[in-house]
Amino acid sequence: MENIRENEEQKLAEKTVTVNIDGIDYKVPVGISVLEAARMVNIEIPSLCYLKDINEIGACRVCVVEIEGARNLQASCVYPVREGLKVKTNTERVRRARRTAVSLLLSNHHRECTTCIRNLNCELQNLADDLGIRNIPFTGEMKDYGFHDNNPAIQRDYNKCINCRRCMAICNKIQECYVYTPINRGLDTVIAPAFQKDLSEVSCIMCGQCVLACPTGSLTEKEHINEVWEAISDPDKYVIAQTAPSIQVTIGEVFGMPIGSFVAGKLVAALRRIGFDKVFATDVTADLTIMEEGSELVERLLHHPDKLPLLSSCCPGWVKFAEHFYPEFLPHLSSTKSPHAMCGALTKSWYAKKYGFDPKKIVNVAIMPCTAKKYEAARPELECDGYRNVDYVLTTRELARMIRQVGLDFPNLPDEEYDEPFDQYSGAAMIFGATGGVLEAAVRSAHKLITGKDMPVPDYEEARGQSGLKYGTITFGDKTITVAIAHGTGNAKKALELFKSGEKHFDYMEVMACPGGCVGGGGQPILGGRDYKYISLSYRHNRADALYNIDRDKEIRYSHENPRIQQIYKEFLGQPLSEVAKKYLHTTYVPRGVHPYLKKEQFYKGFSEN
Amino acid sequence: MLSLTPVRSIEDLRKIKEETYTGIKLRLKDSAVEREIAKYHILVCTGTGCASSKSKLIHQKLEDEIRKRKLEDKVKVIKTGCFGFCKLGPIIVIHPDRTFYTKVELEDVDEILDQHIENGQIVEKLLYKSVKTGELQKTIDEIDFFNHQMRIALRNCGVINPEDIREYIALDGYMALADILTKKIPAQEIIEEIKQSGLRGRGGAGFPTGLKWEYTASYEGDEKFVLCNADEGDPGAFMDRSILEGDPHSILEAMIIAGYCIGAKQGYVYIRAEYPIAVERLEIAIDQARRIGLLGSNILGSSFDFDLDIRIGAGAFVCGEETALIQSVMGFRGEPRPRPPYPAEVGLWEKPTLNNNVETYANIPVILRKGARWFAGIGTKDSKGTKVFALAGQIKNTGLIEVPMGTTVRTIIYDIGGGISNDKNVKAVQCGGPSGGCLPAEMLDKEIDFKSLTDIGLIMGSGGMIVMDETDCMVDIARFYLEFAQDESCGKCVPCSIGTKRLLEILEKISSGQGEMEDLERLENLCYEIKDSSLCGLGQTAPNPVLSTLKFFRDEYIAHIKDKYCPAGVCNGLLKVVISDDKCIACGICARICPVNAITGEHKKPPFRIHQDVCIKCGACIARCPVNAIYKH
Repeated sequence: MENIRENEEQKLAEKTVTVNIDGIDYKVPVGISVLEAARMVNIEIPSLCYLKDINEIGACRVCVVEIEGARNLQASCVYPVREGLKVKTNTERVRRARRTAVSLLLSNHHRECTTCIRNLNCELQNLADDLGIRNIPFTGEMKDYGFHDNNPAIQRDYNKCINCRRCMAICNKIQECYVYTPINRGLDTVIAPAFQKDLSEVSCIMCGQCVLACPTGSLTEKEHINEVWEAISDPDKYVIAQTAPSIQVTIGEVFGMPIGSFVAGKLVAALRRIGFDKVFATDVTADLTIMEEGSELVERLLHHPDKLPLLSSCCPGWVKFAEHFYPEFLPHLSSTKSPHAMCGALTKSWYAKKYGFDPKKIVNVAIMPCTAKKYEAARPELECDGYRNVDYVLTTRELARMIRQVGLDFPNLPDEEYDEPFDQYSGAAMIFGATGGVLEAAVRSAHKLITGKDMPVPDYEEARGQSGLKYGTITFGDKTITVAIAHGTGNAKKALELFKSGEKHFDYMEVMACPGGCVGGGGQPILGGRDYKYISLSYRHNRADALYNIDRDKEIRYSHENPRIQQIYKEFLGQPLSEVAKKYLHTTYVPRGVHPYLKKEQFYKGFSEN
Repeated sequence: MLSLTPVRSIEDLRKIKEETYTGIKLRLKDSAVEREIAKYHILVCTGTGCASSKSKLIHQKLEDEIRKRKLEDKVKVIKTGCFGFCKLGPIIVIHPDRTFYTKVELEDVDEILDQHIENGQIVEKLLYKSVKTGELQKTIDEIDFFNHQMRIALRNCGVINPEDIREYIALDGYMALADILTKKIPAQEIIEEIKQSGLRGRGGAGFPTGLKWEYTASYEGDEKFVLCNADEGDPGAFMDRSILEGDPHSILEAMIIAGYCIGAKQGYVYIRAEYPIAVERLEIAIDQARRIGLLGSNILGSSFDFDLDIRIGAGAFVCGEETALIQSVMGFRGEPRPRPPYPAEVGLWEKPTLNNNVETYANIPVILRKGARWFAGIGTKDSKGTKVFALAGQIKNTGLIEVPMGTTVRTIIYDIGGGISNDKNVKAVQCGGPSGGCLPAEMLDKEIDFKSLTDIGLIMGSGGMIVMDETDCMVDIARFYLEFAQDESCGKCVPCSIGTKRLLEILEKISSGQGEMEDLERLENLCYEIKDSSLCGLGQTAPNPVLSTLKFFRDEYIAHIKDKYCPAGVCNGLLKVVISDDKCIACGICARICPVNAITGEHKKPPFRIHQDVCIKCGACIARCPVNAIYKH
């Protein structure tokens, strides 16, 4: 296996230099910035626009320090350490400059903290508090570029934007969608799609990485909490919640539990107390996805090698990316719906019939780690028998807000079980939530389907971890296939380009739009609070490890061994890729082009647009 | 198109020089020209200034007329670059008489040909009249404006035809390069020579040029680049434009030498789109240099290859900052990035890159030809050589001048500039454009160089010099420059993009009469914060006009704040337009002309009244009052 994007841990050089920070000499590795060096020796230099390895542009001027010999203050986030460097991080000059920078930002910021979605979890707010800003000496013109919420997933409040460009950096460097660009100059500068188009009009894949990167409340998910409350309060509605695998290891963080805490039981308990009629595990339909997608893989491998490579399709951000940038690969995309859509489709067909509910009255609410799922649920294709597969998608963050609204003491809730029949799932389904998991799960089952034999449970170590793009070969008896795993659509782009040029071949590729997979999803808790300063993006490791640990301890580690899956096929679908399965569990894709705003078609349908 | 034979050696170059030199010898001062065989050379300035007053048509008409009169053997008409005395354009100089004709119009062409060319009589009405003595000045050498100048960077401007490479060669052009390539002089030796000369960057910051070359040469790179910064953005500054229009080959030669010294094979000239004539001449120059073999592979038979291309900028001030310029050359939004690493290490496409300003390059060939010792003999201890200034403002002779470093402001204003218009008193001299500041009248005897200006909180900048008299309000000047800086801020870093706006708002508050004394402190503090923590030179120098006026003209700020009074009578917010009771004849014209109906009164019953709450101080009534009864107060 080869790693294309280096691990951040591997970057630290062994060579050291001596730098003097605030009068004390320290030995620090060569090649790091003054800010990183200071953090290593427990001096937290405040910063705002800095996002390690992603956005190192020295724009906000909050992290300025005095460097001996330099005439002006220097941004420590981009100033490299060198032998004999003398740095002062704590002088009146530095403190004043930092306060001025933040005061100036605040003088152009709509300070609606108490009603802001990021209240108490905002880096700008924290900074103002840390620096002890008690009044803002400047008043004057504030730019008003307004509030935009024309798409189903992400909303943009330009008046809370501080032009730190973290959204732009992650979109350009990691996702390579190039949605944002600076427009205009001086105070008029705005970070927006070209021509100030709305996010709904450009080739935005709605992955929400920009939302995670945003230090303020300028980029947020579009909240659907009120709609869900309304459904819950309606006695005529039968409201079902389904939770994605990764939620079980992330929602605890919001309530002060350690990163990677497995809280499936408390999650179920919380959802029941909120008022959902039934609580299902999307993991069950993740197993189903494996059955269908694995069958597609086997089918193509054995009968249609021309249709290879098979590309996974359970990530809506990635699907949209392919629709925008690689329409020529759409026939290679697995037609299998993503697990939450399958769960929705089955609750309003098989489940409704079996348990005697009117599908019209069922409201399916998917709790997802994802903003793109909000958009996906609104896709016109995801409708069966005239019913939307999923009615509302809530992100992990929104669910946490609902839990707070109810006043539940989450960490101390009892552990409860998911409701029948979406209650039992395999370890293979659990690891859906981390990069490489889908592939691993599919391969486990594909082996069985091809060889007819169970293979000893393998641990594909090479498919885990945080490298952005990996290749590998997997042998089933006499058959060997090449697989690729990409997370971050920029890596998918790289893989597809290498494939097109003939440099790198693969038969099956799993793509997750978000770095780290769903555990790093755009709808996951934002760790913007002070306690998480040092964690950077490495929290994804902890979350992913949690999923894999649970998988390891699971009795059932194969999707096809899940008794619920066997039940669903027996009672409803027949077998994978049957006509019924195709009707309810498969979908189609639309080539959208890089400049969708040049087309007139309406791509979103469903709940909020009516 | 000029037909050119490729030069393959220094001998080929010398041949061109000798052939062409005989032809242009008569344009040179002090060269012995035998009258009998002498032809007339009519030099027509076709730089941007004169071209904007139809000098190109004049050039055309001269050519047509000469053809018609069959004078082709006797007279040659030559397009040249700028003479610098732009106020008097279009300018025509007739050699070998060295007659300097000003404000020539299309109709004057016949007279010039009839009188001067055919009869040897000077056309007196077109001569320059000294602002001091009132005398007509027959030759260019008599004119004070030129007398106190020393032209090194501008040496060929107004002498040669910039569209003919042979004329540049005739005046020793490309000889420095040929010498280097023929003798295979080691790069370090050339760099040492430039270091010894003491040449400092003319773009504004004054970094020692030789050191910059040395650093760039010291970094390893499979590819390196040479850049020329021709993104002249200071309001009113046009030295770089004039050099490119008048002597583009001097830049080419310097860049080729730079490429040789640092190990680059490719250079780019980054020039703003607002300079179409300069771009055109640069294109012609590059084309001719390529055809003659001074650009391309194996230059002058050596193993050295170098080529040049032009990159046109959209005219953003910030793109004059080197890292922003590099971004722009690569096709990205022109925004600076923090340094280190400096472009000498990580520049264009992340390769070591040398970037110098046009005027800096223009000095290089002469330095290498005449030697570092000669150059170092000019100027002051701290700053060697000359500096080109764009002289403007309330002064009699405006234009482009080049003087040795260390020349006093007084010499520039009174000897070259001919003194203040309307013989008012000089109040201040704005140096260095939006990044500079105002030098007060008490400091007129200050010898100008990099150090002396920095010492008093000003900067040399690219060389804008605007003379102000008592009718200029210093608060308003600060406001003007800040408005410019705020407008041109790229929007990347917080102190510059938001801070300059807040500064501007405080200044607007003061100039509109709403200021409080605390605002001065706020203003000053914010200025220092912006200077200290901005990302690039634009933000770090943007507060300079405010700080220098606060330092030298604090009284004026206080008058605006405490007395609600603008001493220069400029700040509209502090003025009243009033009608004099004694003079008003109640004709009612003012009331009719007022666009906002602020004036009322009864016909034939003086006086009329202006309602101050309605008045927008447009001045329309003042202009129309038949008895001058209305005035600003």
